[in-house]
Amino acid sequence: MPDASKVKAENPLKKMVASPAGRALLALLLVLILGIIFNADGAFFKIGTHRDALRQMSVYGILACGMTLVIISGGIDLSVGSVLALAAVCGARMAIHWHWTGWLVLPICLAIGGACGGLSGFVTARLRVQPFIATLAMMVFARGLAKYASGGMKVSTAIANADGTYRYVEVPHFFRMIDSRILGGNFSVVTLIFIACVATSWLLMSKHRWGRYLYAIGGNEEASRLSGVPVVAMKTFAYVISGMFAAVAGICQAAQEQQGDPEAGAGYELIAIAMVVIGGTNLMGGRGGIGLTLLGVLTMGYLDKILSINAVPEAARLVLTGIIIVAAVLTQRRKTT
Amino acid sequence: MNLGSSYMSISQSKTEMKAAALVRMSGITKRFGNVTVLDDAGFEVRSGEVHVLAGENGAGKSTLIKILAGVHTEFEGSIQINGREVRPQTPLEANALGIAVIHQELSLVGSMSVADNIFLGRMPTRAGMVRDAEQQKKAIYWIQQLGLDIDVQQSAEQFPVAIQQLIEIAKALSQNANIIVMDEPTSALNAPEVEKLFALIQSLKARGCGIVYISHKMEEIERVADRITVLRDGKWIGTASSKELPISKLIHWMVGREISEQFPRHMPHLGEERLRLENYSVFPDEFSKKPAVQNVSLSVRAGEILGIGGLQGSGASELFHGLFGAYGSATRGAVYLDGKKVCFVSPRRAIESGVALLTNDRKATGLVLPLSIIANTTLAGLRELSPAGWRQPAREREATKKITSLMNLRAASLDLEVSALSGGNQQKIAMAKWLQIHPKLILLDEPTRGIDVSAKREIYQLMNEWTAQGIAILLITSEMPELLTLSDRIIVLHRGNCAGEFSRKQATPENILSAAMGLNPLATSGNFQN
Repeated sequence: MPDASKVKAENPLKKMVASPAGRALLALLLVLILGIIFNADGAFFKIGTHRDALRQMSVYGILACGMTLVIISGGIDLSVGSVLALAAVCGARMAIHWHWTGWLVLPICLAIGGACGGLSGFVTARLRVQPFIATLAMMVFARGLAKYASGGMKVSTAIANADGTYRYVEVPHFFRMIDSRILGGNFSVVTLIFIACVATSWLLMSKHRWGRYLYAIGGNEEASRLSGVPVVAMKTFAYVISGMFAAVAGICQAAQEQQGDPEAGAGYELIAIAMVVIGGTNLMGGRGGIGLTLLGVLTMGYLDKILSINAVPEAARLVLTGIIIVAAVLTQRRKTT
Repeated sequence: MNLGSSYMSISQSKTEMKAAALVRMSGITKRFGNVTVLDDAGFEVRSGEVHVLAGENGAGKSTLIKILAGVHTEFEGSIQINGREVRPQTPLEANALGIAVIHQELSLVGSMSVADNIFLGRMPTRAGMVRDAEQQKKAIYWIQQLGLDIDVQQSAEQFPVAIQQLIEIAKALSQNANIIVMDEPTSALNAPEVEKLFALIQSLKARGCGIVYISHKMEEIERVADRITVLRDGKWIGTASSKELPISKLIHWMVGREISEQFPRHMPHLGEERLRLENYSVFPDEFSKKPAVQNVSLSVRAGEILGIGGLQGSGASELFHGLFGAYGSATRGAVYLDGKKVCFVSPRRAIESGVALLTNDRKATGLVLPLSIIANTTLAGLRELSPAGWRQPAREREATKKITSLMNLRAASLDLEVSALSGGNQQKIAMAKWLQIHPKLILLDEPTRGIDVSAKREIYQLMNEWTAQGIAILLITSEMPELLTLSDRIIVLHRGNCAGEFSRKQATPENILSAAMGLNPLATSGNFQN
């Protein structure tokens, strides 16, 4: 999104606050300054802390990428957490129990996620059910499928024999690969996957015609339709992408946990939405961007890390996070003159 | 005021005034960021007068009104009501001071009843409970004052826009307002409703109310104005009684240069038949089987402007939407484009065949307000501009530059959000979008609604240019002079049926209006039925 405001650069801070990206960056800087102040005896300055923070925010971040597309198109996707679990369970079953190669498991999981997204997209775009309801239904539906595919149990490397004993199998090679680090152990592969997702969505939203269409639909659906934008197809497409990213996140989750948990990802959709909104993407659609979401993911991810290295108890952590979400969104509010 | 000084000779000096001023705004300066939208502007309204605020779009009329109404609270200058200095900080405070504003965009809550709307925010209560019976009684009283007879328990959205406008006026009256601001009140009204409104204005005047009236329609200004204040570029240009300010001079004040009010229609060179409809019907409502357009037959040739006349509910807009594929396949009858039978089931198909539709509501259905000028201008032709799917920003900018300069668009940057532009500029962009697809047939639904005189003229000029290029135009307009002077032929619809066809020579306001009202027209060819 090009930034319209051409405010005289009286001071750099003012200039920064004038654009959504500047405000998102400001929020991130404030969180980082918080980290520098409350550095937990220097823990904040260790590279491992940042590596872990980035790794921990990656799964949420991948979900937030797809969520950004959907929100910009004027919708919302509540099903990503459940689709994540479904992909994790299916991926684990295929990879751990059936010893399928990653080259087969990955595309199948992506297809499963895409199909889930496609279904909720079809229901909202074609059948004109409100996205909140349609994806709420998909959230329940996919969770059910995940439990069905896993038999209600975690799909792990411990496999029950017929006589009640367990045998253990190797963690699949590509799970280990996803869970590994590169650059001398200083950078997690999941973070790399997250960055790839950001790049893909950015190309789509900023460089491709379809991205422009999604912005237009979110901004004014009827005007877009009357301008020849294929509204139904494009909206469905946004949900398909969101579902596929959820599947990617599911595989990452399964690889890190070395198991497919049918309960995984519960509540993740809300964190993803919070990240998108903190970045400054408008929940009404039409305004926002992937770059903003990246800033939102970093802000929220680092906030969580800083609270946890300072050993803030979980109760206080949740309360603080809630307050900070509101504060961040308030600073993001468009100045209405 | 220095810019307007040459006109000041006419304006009366404040000492001469006989009637007391209800409201006096003076020295009002308002800036948004570093843009000055009002510069030492002001006007005053006396009891029992209609004071017209005139000026092109972007002249600052709306901002001035918003300051009066307590919407904008940061400004320099003073507001006096009955000689007392006030500074309304909220719309509610302005109401309490006796100021009621009827906005251009309706501000009713559609899902609430008429009575609830009239008393919104100040319903009669007892111990916190709304006294429905009393509220209803009062609502009925005010509605009847306007000569309306509607059920005040119905939700507001069920009524046509014209009635909703009158409900807004009832709301203003019920606040015991003595200063009533009407911002383009007739933009959604048809002729009989306008008459009703004018009668109402007369009775408001008789009660001693002061009325601030904003309009772009010259004939209205001529009819209702007692005094006129002209703003241009945020500056006060002059105030004069309507007798001293004939239309030609008024326009001169508004635009700063002479414009003859007549708009020339260059006689076109008519080409082959571009569009033919045979027994065309449209069913916009998929549940009721009632057609909005019934068995209409018409034809347009390349280079021709076919005007479509009709009052509200005539089905003209529905005809356009049906033709454009916006109702899917809910149409019957045959459509021939360039002699080939076509059937557009989606706008996309229509666009691919070179048909363009300018809708009558640029904000709701014409533009994507949060997007930039470039994004809006290229939206319909984006497929052509990015053939491989990847967008080519430089090419888009180039195309936009070319088209917007053709349209004479003045904007600081092409990256501006269109929501930040004035009405006239927005309308130009809504039209510019269609030039990108190289149209053969353009359907124009109220192309000059709510835009200023010079932008109107530019649009008329464009229509001349388009027809010269062989584009056929179907034109809907509620402004009679526009319909008469622009159209090469006119078809009049009455409740979805064709009620008359007139050549340029036959078309007189009387002929068209009587056909539009369903009276047996002074028919030209005998085969019309009502």
